[in-house]
Amino acid sequence: MVASVTSILEKYNKDKTRLMDILLEIQEAFGYISSEAVNEIARCCNISTVDVQQTISFYHFFTQKPTGKYTVYLNNSVVANMMGREQIKETFERETGTKFGQVSEDGLFGLFDTSCIGMNDQEPSAIINGKVFTNLTPFRVKELVRGMREGKDVEELMVEGYGDGNNGNKLVRSMVMNNIRRKGPILDDNYTPGIVIWKKLPTMTPEQVIAEVKASNIKGRGGAGFPTGLKWEFCRRAKGDRKFIFCNADEGEPGTFKDRVILTERPKLLFEGMVIAAYAVGATEGILYVRHEYKYLQKHLESILQGARERNLLGKDIGGIKGFNFDIRIQFGAGAYVCGEESALIESAEGKRGEPRDRPPFPVEKGYLDYPTVVNNVETLCAVVKVMLNGGEWYRSFGTQDSTGTKLLSVSGDCKYPGVYEVEWGFSVYDILGMVGATPDVQAVQVGGPSGTLLAPVEFRRILGYEDLATGGSIIIFGKHRDLLKDVVLNFTEFFIDESCGSCSTCRIMPVVLRNKLLKILNGKGVIKDIDDMLEWAKVLKASRCGLGQTAANPIVSSIKNFRHLYEQRVRMDTDFDSGFNLAESVKDYIEASGRVIVE
Amino acid sequence: MSKPVIATTSLAGCFGCHMSILDIDEKILDLIELVEFNKSPIDDIKHFTKQCDIGLIEGGCCNSENIHVLREFREHCKILVSVGECAIMGGLPAFRNGIPVKECLREAYLLSPSVQANHEYIIPNDEDIPMILDKVYPCHEIVKIDYFLPGCPPRAELIWEALVALIKNRPMDLPYEVIKFD
Amino acid sequence: MAKIVNFTIDGKDCIAEEGLYLVQAAKNNGVYIPTLCNYEGIKPKGSCRICTVRINGRLMTSCTTPISDGMKIESNTEEINDLRKAIIELLFVEGNHFCPACEKSGNCELQALAYRFKIMVPRYPYTFPQRRVDASNPKIIKEQNRCIMCKRCIRAIKDEQGRSLFAYKKRGHKSEVVLDPVLGLQMSDELARKAMAVCPVGSILVREQGFIQPIGTRKFDKKPIGSEIEMSQPTK
Repeated sequence: MVASVTSILEKYNKDKTRLMDILLEIQEAFGYISSEAVNEIARCCNISTVDVQQTISFYHFFTQKPTGKYTVYLNNSVVANMMGREQIKETFERETGTKFGQVSEDGLFGLFDTSCIGMNDQEPSAIINGKVFTNLTPFRVKELVRGMREGKDVEELMVEGYGDGNNGNKLVRSMVMNNIRRKGPILDDNYTPGIVIWKKLPTMTPEQVIAEVKASNIKGRGGAGFPTGLKWEFCRRAKGDRKFIFCNADEGEPGTFKDRVILTERPKLLFEGMVIAAYAVGATEGILYVRHEYKYLQKHLESILQGARERNLLGKDIGGIKGFNFDIRIQFGAGAYVCGEESALIESAEGKRGEPRDRPPFPVEKGYLDYPTVVNNVETLCAVVKVMLNGGEWYRSFGTQDSTGTKLLSVSGDCKYPGVYEVEWGFSVYDILGMVGATPDVQAVQVGGPSGTLLAPVEFRRILGYEDLATGGSIIIFGKHRDLLKDVVLNFTEFFIDESCGSCSTCRIMPVVLRNKLLKILNGKGVIKDIDDMLEWAKVLKASRCGLGQTAANPIVSSIKNFRHLYEQRVRMDTDFDSGFNLAESVKDYIEASGRVIVE
Repeated sequence: MSKPVIATTSLAGCFGCHMSILDIDEKILDLIELVEFNKSPIDDIKHFTKQCDIGLIEGGCCNSENIHVLREFREHCKILVSVGECAIMGGLPAFRNGIPVKECLREAYLLSPSVQANHEYIIPNDEDIPMILDKVYPCHEIVKIDYFLPGCPPRAELIWEALVALIKNRPMDLPYEVIKFD
Repeated sequence: MAKIVNFTIDGKDCIAEEGLYLVQAAKNNGVYIPTLCNYEGIKPKGSCRICTVRINGRLMTSCTTPISDGMKIESNTEEINDLRKAIIELLFVEGNHFCPACEKSGNCELQALAYRFKIMVPRYPYTFPQRRVDASNPKIIKEQNRCIMCKRCIRAIKDEQGRSLFAYKKRGHKSEVVLDPVLGLQMSDELARKAMAVCPVGSILVREQGFIQPIGTRKFDKKPIGSEIEMSQPTK
């Protein structure tokens, strides 16, 4: 084992900034990262073993113990639960004789929970040995487990056939469905890869490119909404021997899956966008950071990159422009929502824990390896190609004054047609509900994932746009029959607890305190003051470094704001004090241990 | 006007906080002038004979009797004060809070090298003894507590100043040295 | 020479060299901004968030923000002080902080901040987590019950080759700061003492050093943390 670990290390020149790739390859080759491997990495990279472990233990998909010949990661997102995850979980446990969080004694099965894997439109779903299995039913699970017991390869277990579009491509071979429901400029089929690189860039200076992007008024599509042209301009002006273009394809916000569809169907558009960005800022290297859950797209993406190199869309003198050199590598993550934050993503790509950085300095000044770096969302980079092709003014004709262009929405939950919709900014929540065939009795809509807002019907007139509901595009619909506090708010809060990097004290501790308070209310032990305490206590999170921490209380705060009656229905009105203490519960263990007889 | 009535108790505590009350030296004479004691180890009154104004609680809650006494204090006292670290956060007894109570009991009564005479191999279970709680609870996680006086023990000056402030209904102005957690 | 800039803290006019971290710039002007994860001489991390201030309206940490001209800083306000108090209280309920039994009591910065902010009891319920004590190293004890994850030791304690002796494992509320079992064995007495000194609480203890200072003579027995800065004359 050590010998092959050493050869993996040599492949990456024993460079500790490539630790992510080193660990990914070891995990893939052996199914876990042994302590011998850790020691070997520490020795070769001249770092301490705990230094290696701090990166390993940060990521969900790195393990220091074997995880079974068949490793099942079952999604535990809110929508997965709505679509029957519990039954799937029980069936897996019964059929394998193993509990979730454990590996079977014979080492055949390992069952684990995982946060949203970007398949909300085809839940319940799971990743088994890197392959995605969607729309699971108890019957299918039985078949899968039987197949595993027979020792079948994970490919052979996929008997449903492949998904639509490139999902059936021989380099993908996945049963995932694209579910593209509405197309606009980004998803438009009418696109000739390389057209901007060949026809436009040679006629324009980098400054003119930036000016065109600025003219389009496009803002970052990740959710924060920073003007893209301005970001490029800052990076262009920043001093640095090397500059980097990062594409953030770490879409981890539960309920978001539009980047997965772009990576499957429009990777050429995306890479062209990265080339344009590189030309504009003067970057020579690009990194596409993709979440681990989409690793099944690796070969597909790499072949597209190879094709681009062969067509001079990457490499030296791109598009015939003398001295314009740029290439892209793919960096996979290993399971950490917080890496979607741009500076955490950079840290991760440097082989470290994905902890966000303090700003200033901003990545455009000091980013990857301390060089000026632009980090753009997948969708932003795709849109930029169309901006260059048709002009900023054309782009501004879509959307609203403050929010130009279109937005890809990932729609899931209680509706007939979950999937990806490309709409102009400015659609109201009502418009969307009508479009997606939502059930007539919608109770609530979560806009922007857990970090966004839980809207009540009185707010359905609000519109999607930076001026009102800024969003990365996750739309989750909840019918009247859903228990918002237990099934939604609790799940989202636990998501934030699991995904906190633990750096800021506020985000490390407060979500746990709030979750406990919420459980107290759900257990019928709450009082009115608990509701107000939660609102008041949550304020401390605003002092957290990154968006994850700052929004970690949003599920609780926005549900109290918009659905206060649901909380009030569950708290005790006959007293203003209840600590939640239960004497009978708290002496149970003593009674069991001592055999005490209770005389009433 | 009748004198304010004070009650005190030590739950899962070491009586150190009560010692600190006595540590106000000659001011103890002033205190007796100022207040009347009801249920308290100081005057050995075992049961409440009337409603009280102030209850001073030493110690956290480690067993069912502590819970009972604390709830009784809450019912009988207008103001409840947690006195000392044990009442405030469990203190020394709460060292066991990270360990399951079953393990604690096994260690204490069955496995420990000092256990020699427990031939019947039992964990005490007589119906007259209090039942051990799963962990040691701070008092304010059981009943509503109005004021907190930290320290191990709280300094005598702190207890004195706080009592006088409560009795005379005036704000406390304490020097920095007086509020300590040890 | 660096450029001198003007800024205000709670309305008080201040000057400092441009680019100096705000905590230091404030200190030079006789203004104390409470800190916990920050330690002079090591790279700031901004992880405890206690030094949060409002700069031109935005919440930012003063240990990581370089000062620039015209900054309007709010620090000693009701909102900010309550935020700091809340964070200190969170740290108390997160771990198992039994001050009466702690070797660092009286010299502990977390405790000193609680004194300064007159915290009688945290507003949040205690979590009483299950934590371990790592006493495997012959020189130091790593007391996880008291660790507040400030990461000072991670940033400050390195061997001659620049390798970290401490690291941060796992994430979120499960995180822990651990000592490298191999490099830990090679630790010099001097490094061990330094590790104990950089730890703001009683989580890193050099063996046989506990309780050597009598009560009354310890660092924070008589004077609040930060008072030395507030008593000092502004430096030029």
